[in-house]
Formats: sequence, C-alpha cells, structure tokens
Amino acid sequence: MTATNETAAQISTLADEKYKYGFVTDIETDQAPKGLNEDIIRLISTKKKDPPWLLEKRLKAYKHWLTMAEPEWAMVTFPPIDYQDSYYFSAPKTTDQPKSLDEVDPELLRTYEKLGIPLQEQEILAGVAVDAVFDSVSVATTYKGKLEELGIIFCSFSEALQKCPELIREHMGSVVPYADNKHACLNAAVFTDGSFVYIPPGVRCPMELSTYFRINAAETGQFERTLIIADKGSYVSYLEGCTAPMRDEHQLHAAVVELIALEDAEIKYSTVQNWYPGDAEGKGGIYNFVTKRGACRGDRSKISWTQVETGSAITWKYPSCILQGDDSVGEFYSVAITNNMQQADTGTKMIHIGRNTSSRIISKGISAGRANNTYRGLVRILPTAEGARNYTQCDSLLIGDRCGAHTVPYIESRNPTARVEHEATTSKISDDQLFYCRQRGISDEEAVSLVVNGFCREVLQHLPMEFAVEAQKLVGISLEGSVG
Amino acid sequence: MPLLEIKDLHARVEDKTILEGINLTIEAGEIHAIMGPNGSGKSTLSYVLSGREGYEVTGGEVLYQGVDLLQMAPEIRAREGVFLAFQYPVEIPGVATTTFLKAALNAVRKHRGEAELDAMQFVKLARAKATSLNIGDDMLKRAINTGFSGGEKKRAEVLQMALLEPRLAILDETDSGLDIDALKVVAGGVNALRSADRSMLIITHYQRLLDFIIPDHVHVLAGGRIVKSGGKELALELEEKGYGEFLGEAA
Repeated sequence: MTATNETAAQISTLADEKYKYGFVTDIETDQAPKGLNEDIIRLISTKKKDPPWLLEKRLKAYKHWLTMAEPEWAMVTFPPIDYQDSYYFSAPKTTDQPKSLDEVDPELLRTYEKLGIPLQEQEILAGVAVDAVFDSVSVATTYKGKLEELGIIFCSFSEALQKCPELIREHMGSVVPYADNKHACLNAAVFTDGSFVYIPPGVRCPMELSTYFRINAAETGQFERTLIIADKGSYVSYLEGCTAPMRDEHQLHAAVVELIALEDAEIKYSTVQNWYPGDAEGKGGIYNFVTKRGACRGDRSKISWTQVETGSAITWKYPSCILQGDDSVGEFYSVAITNNMQQADTGTKMIHIGRNTSSRIISKGISAGRANNTYRGLVRILPTAEGARNYTQCDSLLIGDRCGAHTVPYIESRNPTARVEHEATTSKISDDQLFYCRQRGISDEEAVSLVVNGFCREVLQHLPMEFAVEAQKLVGISLEGSVG
Repeated sequence: MPLLEIKDLHARVEDKTILEGINLTIEAGEIHAIMGPNGSGKSTLSYVLSGREGYEVTGGEVLYQGVDLLQMAPEIRAREGVFLAFQYPVEIPGVATTTFLKAALNAVRKHRGEAELDAMQFVKLARAKATSLNIGDDMLKRAINTGFSGGEKKRAEVLQMALLEPRLAILDETDSGLDIDALKVVAGGVNALRSADRSMLIITHYQRLLDFIIPDHVHVLAGGRIVKSGGKELALELEEKGYGEFLGEAA
C-alpha cells in the first residue's frame, strides 16, 4: 500500500545517517534538515508539485510570519517554541518508530483495548511499521467510486492541487487569510497535505466523509490543511480524526480548516481530538494550535461545528462561523476535557453580517487534576445584521479542587434589533452523586464517566452515531485517575 | 448464619460520636424496623452499613453473610447485595434512568458471574418489573431523579431495588415527603419484594409506614444505641407515647 511503502522508503533513506541535504532542490530525497527558511519552503513546494502561484503564496506567508508575534491572549502557558528545531518536511521516524506492538507504551494499548479497536488498526494508530495492506483500502475504493458518480471530490490536498487547482486557488485562504494569526500563517507557508472536499450543487453526500477512510491519511503530518466547499443546496457531514489516541512525536500541530457553504448549503464538521496529552506531570504532549473557520457565504446556508477535545497538552482552537448570507446559521457544540496538567483555551467566534442570521453555542468544559480549561467566545453583531440572534450556554464542571475553569465571553452588538443571550454555570461533581452511583454497584471511574457523559449529553448527541459511542467511552477514559 | 450481625458498633462523623454500641442481628427473610427521634443516629447507621465516606467506624464489627462488611468498598457491598434506598435520591442531570440502571445492574450481574444485558433486554426487564410492582415506568427515559417529584423519586428507588434484587435492603426514611397515596404505592412495591431470602431494614421516624409494611421486629434507636426491641406492636406503642421516655434515658 502506498502509505506503507512511502514510510518504508523514508526509513531506508534516513537510515543512512551520512546523508546531508544541501539546499539545492533534490527531488530524489524525502527529507529536509531541521529549521525553517526560504529554501525549505521551496523544497516543500517542489516536492508537493505546487503550481507557481502556490509557491508565491507560501513565500509571502513565510515573510509575513517572520514579522508576527505569538498570540498571547489565551490562558495557556508554555515555553517559547524553537521553530528552527523542527523538521518541516518528512520528519525522521527511524529513531523511535516501534517495530511491533510489544514496543508500544502499554498505557496506549490499554486505551485501544477499552475502545475496542481491532489489532490491525491499533498498529497503524500506534505508528508501528506495518507491511500488511490495511483492510480499509478496499472499503475506501468502493466508497470512492460511489462519490465520483455524484461528482463529489474527496481527496488529499495534494491530489486536489493536481485535479482542480482553480478551485483551490479561488478558495484557499479566503476564510482564513495567511496573515490571520501566527500559527495559521506558518501553516500557509509550510503545509504539506490535508483534505479537500467539493460537493456539487444540489448533492446530498450520502455518507459521512471521514479522514479515517482516506488513503494516505496516516501521513498528513503536523501542518494539515483542509478545505471543504459545499456548493449551492448541497449537504455534507465530515468527520475529522479518530477517537483513539494517536502516537505522534511532533510537538506542534498548526492545522488550518476552511469551510465554505454557498446558498442553501449545509456543512456539519465533527472532530474528536485525542492527541497525546503528555504525562501526569505535564511532560511532553501535543500543542494543538488550530485555526478553523467556516464562511456561510450564501443565503440560508448553515455550518455546524461539533468538537470533543480530550487530548493534547495545550489546545488553542476556536472553530468559528462568518455568517454572511441572510438567514444563515452557525452552530458550535463543544466538549473540552482537561485532566492532569492539560490546558485548553477553546471556544468560537460567531460573526453576524447577514440579516436574520442566527447562531447557537453550547460549550461544556470539564476540568480535573491540575488542569485549566477556558471557554473563550466572541459573538459579534455587525450593523448590517438586522434581526440577528445568538444563544450561548457555557457550562463548566470541576473534578477535584486543584483545577480551574474560566469563561470569557465577548459580546459586541452593533445592531439594536439583535438578540443575544448568554448563560453560564459552574458546578462540581458532588460526593453525593458518586456515592449514589457506587451504592448501586457502579465503580468510581464508571461513576465519573456517567456523570460527565450526562453533563456533555447535549453536545455528544450532535455527533454522528458511530462517533458518539466511542466518544462516550473516551470521556470516561480521559478522566481516569481523576478521583479517589 | 444470620444475614447481618452488628456487634457493638461505634461510629462518628468528624468529631461527633453518633453510634455508641449498636447490636443487631437480622436473619434471612426478616423485616426489621428502626425507629427513633431525630438525631438518634438512624441515617448514620444506614450510611455506615453502605460505606459512605466521612462516617468513621471507631469500634465494633459488622458481619454480612459471615464476612466483614466494613472492609468492603461501597460498590462491592452493593454488588454483594446491600441496597440503600436513599432518603434523598440524588439527581444526575443528563443521565437517563435506563442508562444509570443498566450500568448498575450490569455491574451487579458481572459480579455474580451472570451475562450483562444489552439495552433492549434491559428495557424489557425494567418495564416488566415496573408493571409487576404497579409503580409505572414513565421515569425510565428521563434523567435519573432530575426534576422528579418526591413520589417519583421513591418509586424509582423501589424499581431499582426490584432490578438489583438485593439480599439486604435498607430503606432510609422512605416515607418522608410522601402523601398517603404515594406511600401506598411505594409500600406495595416493597411488600411485593418481600421474600424468604431478602431481609429489610426499615428506618423511619413515624409509625405510618409500618401500617403498610409490617415488620417482624421493631427497635428503638436513641442516643446512638438500641434502647428497646419488640414486635410490631412496639411501633404502635411509640406512636401513642412518643419518644419522650427514651430521650431522657439516652441523655
């Protein structure tokens, strides 16, 4: 299979330690040295067979990135990132890629087991160098044929660049401009792959599109870029990630997701994020700095974000909606769980531009251990947004007495006809609830899982069925050890 | 062997000693009622037996089916067949009663070495139990105890008891907050669950409940001790005379 062969090829190249990349574009190599400069970006561009306009965009983004400051307003702390100490193309995996599941962290395996993930998939998730062809290839192929019949394009970003460059040229960066923030800007300069979806007018995508089934999904890397375009009157539900924790050695993940919904189109985007959170003392873990934004360009269009964030050492993420079209609708349903030393600063922005636009925000933050969990949300009603409505509900649940929950809502209304509602609550899992569960035979950990799942129910029920069940289990697993 | 043997049990909450030497033996199939004035230690006894945190045993022992009950974690006691019907059943928002009860029943079944039930099997069983006890199954879909009326909460407790099939059921002030009709429904459910291998310990302040659930033995708890024991007629006597004489004795 392609992904496996590619990995194997990389490994054999890297095994030769003497190899040194010399700043000239050498198409035969699959690895660039550490660090970031124009040459590296040119190399990435060549490797990805970019059209010239894209290289220009990358270089422009890079130059701008050099001038940008790190966003500092979020309630998260971490040492400065040394960008020159990272690989931006084909990071080496030889040093610590496990050869079999025996070499994988038993904690990780225990989690896979609890989630009921088949052995073969466990190997892929854990980054074991697998030679066997993964079963889902055939599934993916059948699936692809069906989508093609309907005119749906669903492929990797690189593939799309070859297939339909004009669509990408038109829309990429139109929702998240390269200069948006430092992380998005870095992504614009160095992104290597990601997903692309186009749904033609009037087509209702008959299945959930999931990165999980996309061939090559395993190697999309730390600077992913996703672009989804739903043409007039179309519908698509897209699932990102998978519920099992991914073994990943990259520390910084700076992904960008752009959604575009034209007239009467609807995009439902669901994420379950369970990257490595670091150990109980806060060592290691992923920095999940992601810029996700959707534009409801057409009248009566709708974008709905659902996220379950349980992993990563730091989550910095605000999936947002720009409600341009009249009567367009934006939704944000979020569960963010932080345990041990995890930090999450997450929320959304709803920008109301069109008339009678409406948005709904339901956020559930759960904090345990010594973690900090912040909801940060902006509801902005522009003068043009006659009759705009927003409803926001932010609930925080605390487990133990060393964690923190914070709610930071920003509301700006410049139209007197707008109606904006905000409700917030903070509660603790009570000893009474835990004892009541235990008196019925339910263990401590299951009790916490039950109570927290109840707390999150409103959000979890927006996930597609197959995701919801695993997400429920995940809620329990990510809070293990938080009581008793 | 008795089902439950409480021997010289002493317990305190924080610095306050509440139980000062309880002795009580319950045989399989027996119904015992514990009556007493407010603050006599009735609820403390139920919490000590079910293993609630914050209730510290300072002396004595409790044998359940011959085994030291106090060494077991609360969930193990429950799985071994100790059931507490709460005076104030706890609300857990967002958790459907079926979800909660299925988790509880499967934990108990697993412990007993029985197969776990899936959602369909469980709902069928729960409905059948509710019908047989004539207590209604309308609360199954709602979040457990959340927004339930007093009567609904107590009916839900009886339904849980019916599903979990305990060996020892402790009913803590089950009559509190019930009007006479609700009380009859709940008591009817409890009576339907009487059996030769199920014992009950009914904790109540008023004699009223014992009109409907007839106990084999009645004990008066005052000042952390059982000060008087007798047959069912003792309850009537207390109703007439009140707890006055025991209050004096306890002090």
